[in-house]
Parts: sequence; structure tokens; C-alpha cells
Amino acid sequence: MHIDRYERIWIIISALVLAALFGVLLYSYYGQGIHLETNVAQLHPAEAHATAPFDNPGLRQVGPKEYEAVMIAQAWAFNPREISVPVGSTVNFTMTSVDVIHGFKIQGTTVNRMVIPGQVTRARYTFTKPGEYLFVCHEYCGAGHHVMSGVIHVEE
Amino acid sequence: MNAFLVMCLFTFFLGGIFGTLQSLDKMQVDWYNFLPGPLRGLYYLGLTVHGVTLALMFVTFFIIPLLNLAVVHALKRPLKSRGLAQWSFWISLAGLVTTLVPVFMNQATVLWTFYAPLKAHPLFYTGLAFIVIGTWTTALNAYLTWRDWKREHPDERTPLQAFATLATWAMWVIASVGIAVSALYYLWPWSAGITDSINPLLTRSLYWFTGHPLVYFWLLPAYLSWYTMLPAQVGGRLFSESLARLVFLLFLPLAIPTGFHHMYTDPGVHANTKLVHAVLTFAVIFPSLITAFTVLASVEEGARRNGGKGLLAWVLALPWLSNPSVAGQLLAMLVFAMGGITGLINATFTMNLIVHNTLWVPGHFHTQVAGAVTLTFMAISYWMVPLLTGRALWGRKWAVIQVWLWAFGTMIMARGMHWMGIAGVPRRTFLSRAPYANFEEWEIAGLLVGWGGVILTVSALVWGVVLFMTAFVSKAPAKEEVPEAKPLIEAETMPALLDRITPWVVATLVLVAIAWLPPLYQIAVAHPSVRGWVLW
Repeated sequence: MHIDRYERIWIIISALVLAALFGVLLYSYYGQGIHLETNVAQLHPAEAHATAPFDNPGLRQVGPKEYEAVMIAQAWAFNPREISVPVGSTVNFTMTSVDVIHGFKIQGTTVNRMVIPGQVTRARYTFTKPGEYLFVCHEYCGAGHHVMSGVIHVEE
Repeated sequence: MNAFLVMCLFTFFLGGIFGTLQSLDKMQVDWYNFLPGPLRGLYYLGLTVHGVTLALMFVTFFIIPLLNLAVVHALKRPLKSRGLAQWSFWISLAGLVTTLVPVFMNQATVLWTFYAPLKAHPLFYTGLAFIVIGTWTTALNAYLTWRDWKREHPDERTPLQAFATLATWAMWVIASVGIAVSALYYLWPWSAGITDSINPLLTRSLYWFTGHPLVYFWLLPAYLSWYTMLPAQVGGRLFSESLARLVFLLFLPLAIPTGFHHMYTDPGVHANTKLVHAVLTFAVIFPSLITAFTVLASVEEGARRNGGKGLLAWVLALPWLSNPSVAGQLLAMLVFAMGGITGLINATFTMNLIVHNTLWVPGHFHTQVAGAVTLTFMAISYWMVPLLTGRALWGRKWAVIQVWLWAFGTMIMARGMHWMGIAGVPRRTFLSRAPYANFEEWEIAGLLVGWGGVILTVSALVWGVVLFMTAFVSKAPAKEEVPEAKPLIEAETMPALLDRITPWVVATLVLVAIAWLPPLYQIAVAHPSVRGWVLW
């Protein structure tokens, strides 16, 4: 098969560029430790309110500067919808949905997750700057989807 | 074929109306209270109409006549079965009506992704299945037509336009199995009350089994035009036929095993599965990079034959202002290149954490489907409608203005959407009524989205007027035929594998089985099923 010389060069460059970009992706994943959501655990949404830890949603301290935030997503609110932590805290979010698919994004951070009924969602983030962090549901979940939000107060 | 184009335009304008309202919402102009009675204030009903009509119907109803024309022209024979072609139309029409009736009755406000456990009316899922079956019957007809041709020409190579069409249909028929199984086997019985629960992660995965290759089902007919028609329209030749064939064939195995890249942030799917789909997503960009060279080289050859000179100045010899069909496709390619870059960002799952489910994502796919694909289809319509109606194009100047407006409108709107996405604005959200919306901070980005939408609206109306006047008012007879480019580098030494589809279909099935069956099996057996909800 005849391939023009310039086109051959272009094809090689294209493949190399894609391989390099994929290498950067692998580096960011394994080297920088930016973690992807994986298969964590399942629970039936009808039993969520009676199953630990979702029987007691809220924030609790689990170590020095280390917190666990257990959250339930439901139409059209997060429970809890406000939490406060001192600056420098690492928060482990454990979430589930008791009705339809929701989303969870904390503005200005890398926390961006789907919350699916029947599934446990985990995320971890260290808040190094004080301020108000808005979080929103970013998956359509019915007529009131646009009011589903909350705030994390990161205090000095 | 004309009947498909009527449905195509109907769904385009129906979905477009809501597109206008949605873009205005991004600059805090809430016109939803001006909608008539039962639709008043219903943003998400409008958003469902917008997605279902434009992404599932409008494009499909353009692709069907375009691919039929390509087969008939390339093989120089009519479609094998007139009856089957008519069935395709009636099934598609039934699909259009059965899908949209429950949507407009506010019984299926589930958006075009219809993620369970949001539960729509059973007719909604039936209608979507009809749309898919309408494409299958068209694909079957194209295959039967080719089979007859092959019997009469056993030693000839399949002409490129027919070959590309068959490759496109083969890819789509395999890919659409996911959505068909999801709609008919899981969602419909559940919605009709035959089963009482649904596995939301399974139907979501099956959706994306089809949902990502769906974009290649939109794109490959545009590629068909860029490779095999556009070079002839600029007076040039196709740079390399072998590579054109290779590109169409590469989309077969690579298009489908990529769907989990839409679910990078999902729980319940193992990170390694996501990594496999990420590799293949990078791989599927490769044929598009080959396209960039081959198509541009073909266009350059045409420009030089028409007096184009210099290293880059030949670009000016192209008919940017005189031929709407050429200008539209060239502009579509520019928009497509921008979207390719944002697509790479989405595919990089670590960066995707910043943009997932923000307005960035519709910003990206509007450059691709509203920009590249739709603009190419508009450009094609400027020779196709004259060809089908026998009447010369009316208002060529208006058509040129229309394609430029569409390209600028898309770029301006998408720029604003990307900007808002980076700022964290969620997609598919009624922002004017969101208590947390911070329009002061997003002001300029929101204005870009809103005014971009206005430009697109004006352009859409001009398109409608030009096509209407061409079909019903234009007096001059049309001289159009299906453009067909000759190859510059003859494919004499082409490997036999580039004239066969079956081995590629086998490779596709193997790769799809490896990439999809283990995670789908795990999701199907290990994950809970839940009750349905109607929350609108």
C-alpha cells in the first residue's frame, strides 16, 4: 500500500502525540495519586436509612485533622447540607442516593462524583484554603434539580 | 427520501426552539413562563425535547437519506427493496410520534439519556426502539443492495462511497444493540409494570455502550462527505483512497469499547475498566488525525488547481464566500478541530474531574454535533435538496451567510459554555432559578452562551427559509448530482483487507466482548435493582 511520505510522517507524529498524552494521563493517575472512583460497595437504597454509616449522616472526626462526612443524596437536597471543618482538614466523603441518580461536585476542588442508588460513593479531599465551598448536584434528578446544593465552611 | 427530510426539518426546528431558550437561560433570561399553558415553566421538559429531537432524530433522519443516496449513486442501481425503504420511513415516523407524545404530555421528562430509576411512560421507550429499528431496516436495505451488486461484479472493488456507507452501518448496527436491549428488555417491562425494579447502573452502562459510538454514527456520514464529496466540490481529488478506507474501518473496532469514559466518576465500575476504555478512547482519536491530513491535502490539491499559490495562501483560493456547500464544510472542520482538543481533555480522566457534568461537556459536544456534524449536513443540504426536488438552490448568498453565522454562533456559544464549565457551573440545570447561581461572576461567559444561541437561531431560520424557497419557489431546474471525488493516489496496491468488512466486524465483536462483557456481567449480577421514581 502506497502512503505519501508527508502523510507517513504525519501519521507517526499523530501516534506519538497520542501516546505521549496517554503517558501524561498514566503519570497523573499513578504518579500524582489523583484517584478515580472505583467499585466500593453496594447497599439497597430502601435500607440505607437503617444501615451504618448512613443511619447517622453527618460529620465526625476520625483523627487529627481527619473527618468522615456521611451524606445522603435525595431529591432535592443533600443531608447534611452544611458542614464546617478547620482549614487543613482532610475530609472523607461517603455517600449514597436513596432515590435517583445524583451528582456531587464541590466547586474549586477535584471532588466530582456520581451518586447512584444502590452504590456507595467515596471521595477524599484536603481543604488547604479557608472559605465557603459550594457543592451542587450536577445530574438531572427531577423538577427541583437546580435547588439541590450545599456548602462546606472551611474555617481558619 | 424527501419524507425523511421533512421529518428531519420538523425535529430540527422543534428541538431548536428549546435550544434558544436554554442558551438564553445561561444569561439569566428566563422565557419559560412565556411558553403556552401546559408547557409553562417546564425547563426540563424542553431539555428532553431538545436532546431527543436533535441528538436522536434530526441527525438520524438526515443520515438515512444521505447514506441511501451514497449507495444508490456509488453502485449505480436502485435500493434492493422499495418496500423495505418505505417500512423504514413508517417505522421512523411511528418512533417520532410515540416518543414525543409522552414527552409533551410531561410523562417522560427524563432527558435524552433517560437514566433509570427516573421512570418515563412505556411509550417513550417503545418510540426510541422504533427509531433504532428504522435505522436497522435502512442498513439491511443498503447491505442487500450491495450484495446484488457484488454478485454482478465479483471481481470489482466496492466503490468508496458505498464501502464507507456499509462500514458506517456495520458499526452502528453493532453499537445500537446496547440501547435496544436497555429499552426493550429492561426499561419497557419495568415502566409497563411487568417488572418492579431496575438496575440503574446496568441501564446506564448499556446507554453508553451505544451513546458514545452514536457520535461516530453522526460523524461518519460527515466524513463520507469530507472524503468522497468535498474534494470534488473544490475541483480536486481524494488524496489517498486506501487511507480513507482504513479510517472508516478503524472506527468499527475502536468506536464501541470506549463508553465507560462517560462514567469515569461513577461508583460501582472498577477503575481498571475505566482505564481500558481510556486507552481505547485515545486510540479512536487516531483515525480522526489521519482524516485531518488526508482531507486537508485533498482540499489543498483542489485549491491549487484553481490557482491557489504559496505555502498557506492557497487557502484563500477556496470558495469561502461563493459556495455555501464548500464553505459550510470547511468551517465545520475548523469547529471540529476545536472540539477534538476539548475531547482529549475529557478523555484524560484526571482532568475530567474538573469538567465532568459541568457546562464544559455540552460545550464540547455542541462543537462536534451542533457544529461539525450539523453544519456539514446543512452544507450537504445545499446540493441534496436541489438534487431531490429538481429545483436550483434559491438564495445562494443567504446560504453563504447562513453557514458563517452557524460557525460563529457555535464557537461563541461553546466558548461561553466551556468558560462556565471551568467555573463549575453544572450542566442540564435551570440556572435562572438556581439559588446558588452567581451570574455576576459568570456574566461574560453567560452572555457568550446567550448571544451565541441567538446567532444560531437566526442562522437556523435562514437555513429553513433557503430550503423552503428552494423546494417550493425556485423556478430554475437543478443541475446537481452527487459529488464524487476521484483518488489522487490510486489504490492499485491496496491490501484486500481494505475492501472487506467481515474481518473487521469479527475484530469488533472480539474487542467489544473483551471491553464490555466482564464489567456488564459484574454489574448485572452483583448490583442492586431499585424502584422507579417520577420526580417531575
